Parts: sequence; C-alpha cells; structure tokens
Amino acid sequence: MIEGAGPVAAFWGLSALTLLAAGGVVVSRNLFHAVLFLIVVFLGIAGFFLLLSADFLAMAQVIIYVGAIAVLILFAIVLTPRASRDNAETRMAPVALVAGVAVAGLLIPAILDAEWRTLSSAPALPVSDLGRELLGVWVLPFQLASVLLTAALVGAVVLVRSPREEREEIDEEERR
Amino acid sequence: MSFYDQWAAILIGTVVGFLLVFSALVGAKLLAPYARERAKGVSYECGMLPLGRNWTQVHVRYYLIAILFLLFDVETVFIFPWAVTFLGLPEFVLYQIIIFIVILGLGLVYAWRRGVLEWR
Repeated sequence: MIEGAGPVAAFWGLSALTLLAAGGVVVSRNLFHAVLFLIVVFLGIAGFFLLLSADFLAMAQVIIYVGAIAVLILFAIVLTPRASRDNAETRMAPVALVAGVAVAGLLIPAILDAEWRTLSSAPALPVSDLGRELLGVWVLPFQLASVLLTAALVGAVVLVRSPREEREEIDEEERR
Repeated sequence: MSFYDQWAAILIGTVVGFLLVFSALVGAKLLAPYARERAKGVSYECGMLPLGRNWTQVHVRYYLIAILFLLFDVETVFIFPWAVTFLGLPEFVLYQIIIFIVILGLGLVYAWRRGVLEWR
C-alpha cells in the first residue's frame, strides 16, 4: 500500500462503512433491508481490494458478490414461503452468538500472531497479464469454464422445468 | 503514477454519485406535495381492505431467471481480462473468446427453446 493521508483516510472510511453496514445487516428488521446492507458490505470489501491494488479482485468482488450473490440471496428470500417472518429474534440467537465468539476467538489470535511481512514494492499483477495468461497457457481450462457454466444452466432448466410441469402448462394453454 | 492520480476519478465519481442521489431525495422532499394521511397506506383506493399479509411466494420457475443472470455475470468475469488487452493479443485469441461466448450462447438457446424466458 502506498503511504500517505489518502490511503489511510480511505482505509478508515471503508472500515467505518463496512462495519456500519454489517451492523445494519444484523439490526434491520426487514430481510430485504438486510440484504441491501449486505450489498454495501460487499462494496466495502471491494474497496479494500482496491486499496491493496488488487484491481481484478475488486472487479470480481463487485461482479460476483454485488451482482450474483446478492441476486441469489434476494431470490432465495422471494422464493421462501415463510420469509415473511422477518429478521426477528430466533431461538438460534444464543447458538449464533457462541459460534461467532468461537470464530472470533480463532481468528483474532491468528491475526495478532501472524507475521505480516510487507513488501516495499508490491509485485504488480495487471489485469492485462492475467488476460494474456488466461487465453494463452490456460486456454483449455478457460473453455472448460464455459462448458461448465452451460452445464449448470442446462441442469437448472432440467431441474426446475420437469416434463410434468411442461405438460401441465400445455394443457392449460389448450383449455384456454 | 501516484495514488491520487490513480484513484481521483473514482473518488470524484463516488462523491458525485452520492450527491446526485442525495440531492434527488432532498429535492423530492422539498418540492413534492405531501399529505400525511392514514388512508394512503391502503392498497386499493375505495376497494376492499386486503386480507392476509402482503407476501406471496414467487413461483420457483423465476429462479431460472436468476440463474441465467448469474451465468452471464460469471461470463463477464472471464471476458474482462481479455477485454482489457484484446488489441495486443494474437488473432487466435479472438476466436477463443468467440467459442467461449458461443458455448454459453448454446445454453441460452436451450433455455429459450424450453420456454424459460417466457413470462407467465
């Protein structure tokens, strides 16, 4: 990271934004509002990636998390029959508290204990190099990724649109 | 290039974006006529009071729309590194990308043929 007032201010600003939004996820009563707060958290994390000059990671964070994961969570809420029970208190709260404290107890000593080596000059990994490698040496896995995505799409269509349901829809149309 | 040169544009964009949304909200608050009335919360004016909760479960088939979005979203991540440098790359790379997009396009055509994209 480059020293100076700018990055430091950006770090603290992003930290405040991310933590406030994370608090909002927990506190907000409406599940939809919680998801919107979660999107702000994702954006804050993307900001941290930018601060660490990992621009491709930041871009991927915005596209995958803010775009895809948030949409998935929203659909999960919309498709859940009992989601109208909002973000209220649950009996799982003590369990969640214990789990949270346990994770914190594991992570905080590890973070404090770790030897954080800092480089005076960060090794640059421009996105352009990544593209050259991806389409040069790793072109077969790259193409396999598209096959995988298509397989996922076909699988989702087959799962959701069973032949029975399609027949029912055709019957419905014929009755009209 | 210094830190400020690198990110000044993004900083300005962020600030202007916040200002735009904020000014729109404040402007609407100041300019729009507003009446505080309990009846405004009713779903249908002069109609029956709706029963039950304002929550209906959405049909599972709309999940496919989300999946479709997701796949092409992930595709963007793969295409992005190429899009940044495609001028400096050899010609066969262009065909690689076209193959990549065509394979995913086949999936879209399949979904289309199965009637996933129809809204009913």
